[in-house]
Amino acid sequence: MSLALNESDITRALTRISHEILERNSGSSDLTILGIPTRGAHLAHRLAAIISTIERTSVQVGTLDVTLHRDDLRLRAPRPLMETVIPSHGVEGRTVVLVDDVLFSGRTIRSALDALGEIGRPTRVQLAVLVDRGHRELPIKADFVGKNLPTSKSQSVKVSLREHDGVDEVRIEGESA
Amino acid sequence: MKHLLSINDIDRDFALTILDTAAEMAKVTEGPVKKLPTLRGKTVVNLFAEDSTRTRISFEAAAKRLSADVINFTAKGSSISKGESLKDTAQTLQALGADAVVIRHPASGAAHRLAQGKWINGTVINAGDGTHEHPSQALLDSYTIRKHLCGGTGDLSDIHVAIVGDILHSRVARSNVLLLTKLGARVTLVAPPTLLPHQVEQWPVRVSYNFNAVLPTVDAVIMLRIQQERMSDLYFPSEREYSTLFGIDSDRLGLTKSGTILLHPGPMNRGLEISAEAADSEQSVVVEQVANGVSIRMAILYLFIAGSQESVNG
Amino acid sequence: MVNSILIKGGAIAGGSTADLLIKDGVIAEISPKIEAIADEVIDASSLVLLPGFVDLHTHLREPGRENSETIATGSLAAARGGYVAVSAMANTLPVADNSAIVEQVAAIGKSVGLVDVFPIGAVTKGLAGDELADLGSMAHSRARVRVFSDDGNCVSDPLMMRRALEYVKQFDGVIAQHAQDPRLTEDSQMNEGIVASTLGLKGWPAVAEESIIARDILLANMVGARLHICHVTTAGGVEIIRWAKAQGMKVTAEVTPHHLLLTDESATSYDPIYKVNPPLRTQGDVDALRQGVIDGTIDIIGTDHAPHPVESKECEWQNAAFGMVGLETAFPILYTTLIANGSISWERAIEVMSSTPAKIAGYQSHGRSLAVGEPAHIAIINPQGRMRVDRALLASKSKNTPFHGMEFQGTVVATVFNGILTHKVDVRSEKA
Repeated sequence: MSLALNESDITRALTRISHEILERNSGSSDLTILGIPTRGAHLAHRLAAIISTIERTSVQVGTLDVTLHRDDLRLRAPRPLMETVIPSHGVEGRTVVLVDDVLFSGRTIRSALDALGEIGRPTRVQLAVLVDRGHRELPIKADFVGKNLPTSKSQSVKVSLREHDGVDEVRIEGESA
Repeated sequence: MKHLLSINDIDRDFALTILDTAAEMAKVTEGPVKKLPTLRGKTVVNLFAEDSTRTRISFEAAAKRLSADVINFTAKGSSISKGESLKDTAQTLQALGADAVVIRHPASGAAHRLAQGKWINGTVINAGDGTHEHPSQALLDSYTIRKHLCGGTGDLSDIHVAIVGDILHSRVARSNVLLLTKLGARVTLVAPPTLLPHQVEQWPVRVSYNFNAVLPTVDAVIMLRIQQERMSDLYFPSEREYSTLFGIDSDRLGLTKSGTILLHPGPMNRGLEISAEAADSEQSVVVEQVANGVSIRMAILYLFIAGSQESVNG
Repeated sequence: MVNSILIKGGAIAGGSTADLLIKDGVIAEISPKIEAIADEVIDASSLVLLPGFVDLHTHLREPGRENSETIATGSLAAARGGYVAVSAMANTLPVADNSAIVEQVAAIGKSVGLVDVFPIGAVTKGLAGDELADLGSMAHSRARVRVFSDDGNCVSDPLMMRRALEYVKQFDGVIAQHAQDPRLTEDSQMNEGIVASTLGLKGWPAVAEESIIARDILLANMVGARLHICHVTTAGGVEIIRWAKAQGMKVTAEVTPHHLLLTDESATSYDPIYKVNPPLRTQGDVDALRQGVIDGTIDIIGTDHAPHPVESKECEWQNAAFGMVGLETAFPILYTTLIANGSISWERAIEVMSSTPAKIAGYQSHGRSLAVGEPAHIAIINPQGRMRVDRALLASKSKNTPFHGMEFQGTVVATVFNGILTHKVDVRSEKA
């Protein structure tokens, strides 16, 4: 098991992503940041906090649970649902930035796009992830990436966040191929 | 566990999971697109051997909102009414590939027989069997009470609920007593002695014959329907006397605290157990119960049949 | 053709061991060692010989319901259970309320030849409770009916019951009452109690049985008639009968094997195999009934053998038929619950299974002791034998036994009826 990112790595990555989001979208006026629970939601709130400090204005932030849109439901016991909280301006005509901790096969993001489509029609959807570990199974790409971590399929990437796990770090477990 | 036959099949944590899941499902209902792909490809059969438009429509709406295919097998115009046995009907359903059978039947224990008979592979959801239980009704009642009185989360500790009417013949009462007490509520049954089950003192409830005395002490009142058949069976002298002693009207509502809510599983006998004014009052949540019913039934279908047949821990 | 049977080394009536020789249907000799040559020799060492059993309460279903059971299949089941005489209840189709039907039933039983089939006559025409059946005509027919019962139904009209009790005095008949007040048990499904309340099944209160028992005991006493109470199931009923006997009243009482063992808790599965009339009751009732057998308040075991076809039991509880088969498991249940633990002696077992039923019904060739000159009606028991009940192996045409998969001790290894071996299992494989 090796440490890929430590606490300060994560903080720097989130700060950089926040600036990139603002640069790409010329500000935050029509931004809606939606995190995918559990850890994506915490990251979304952190990004929103950083962006609102930079822009000196509040930022629309919420969460989007994708459980009901997953394509692997029939393969396992049904999971309890997480909370979906859409902020006050909704998603119609907005730029939605989806936030998740790890981008892997891309299926979670596909579910998120379906879930989002049933809430409304954003003008555009962008994707921010803390870690991209490769091995995509669908044509999905992240717009903003904290760190690219090449891994073998048998390895696993373990993200811990202080809000949920008490510590900020990203570890890789298992043997590389 | 695989089937939902009785409230005894689910523990407190799983019951709360159902309520929490229903709360999330309700948001879908309020959004612009009222449909989820979650049960696409699954078949839900409504096996209704007893007339019940409201419950059947509620389960049907729930299944369709999750994109399941729904097949209705109802008593009128089918062979269930007399003659074709439960076993034969079940084997027909198995041939249709039902993932879940929602069964409503006039015989107590029919859902158990269907589940134990091993004539079908699917999940059996009890939508009301005789005078035994009606689990989804109890779940939607607890959900409604929680939403109004507990901020929509947690359990029902410190809540006092009265269940009023024909307890003896009520599957709604039985399921509610089990679930409300499981979630920490206090329950008082109000009925004439002839309409209480034998040895009800062994149930975890208080019993009272004095409706007026109970009303100021409760946070929620669940009124049960009096069925026409009971009139001729000597359970009480007349409709008027029953209504006078055990019916709810504006005067009786006036005896309750201001936040107390009034529930009824429906259909209501306006003027008998519940007056029109009470049914339409501010405290009545009867209409909302119907909407909550769809969310609860969506949660039940999701939790019981969305996954593989490995058990949902409950 | 077997004319003689030599049974070696069995305990006669549970007492000392001896050899017993049967010739031409009669017990010819009993002595410590018999050296005769016989057509059939049975090694009965460590087995017990009892007088053949007499059932006062059997439903053979013929005429009219032969899909459930026939006199032939019922007789075979009886023989396997150690029975040499059964009493066929009258709720056939048509009802046995006249001499033609009872003579037919007796004749068919005789032609099958495995047990004595004694028809019971209905008390009222068609069991409807409105008019007396042809009681005298049945008594004087070739079937010589002495026991009358509307079993299945209760003779609920007190005036009708009084008339029936009085009328049968002329030929020393006895009315066997199925004690169930119909108004208190309309559409009832199981014992009224906490289990029924939880399961949402309509209750059958104990008082529906107790009130009829009390009423009929007083009526019978007033008119000076004998009274027999079928299948007592309540502790209250046992109390009332105990009181009546203490007053010297002429009442006899019967209990079924299933009411000595099972309780209403079985219904929790909603499996109608446990649905029976009268219903299974509480453990307190089971204990009181066992005590009644021990202290003599209950006089006999009656099986209430009630066959039903599969479709009548493979459905929802409230649509299922009431009843269980019981001829083949009756003695093993009695042995397991009361004899094995010493609650009752062999002597008492003989009373409840053989001599008292024969006496109540007046079956003169039955219930006699195992002695030289008596008819050879014998049940051979293996006290160490164990049986696991398998419904597929029952001789009865219907397989509605609640005991499938259960194990009992005290098996019937052979039955002799009129000197004929009507049932035999390989004792060596049993004893192994």
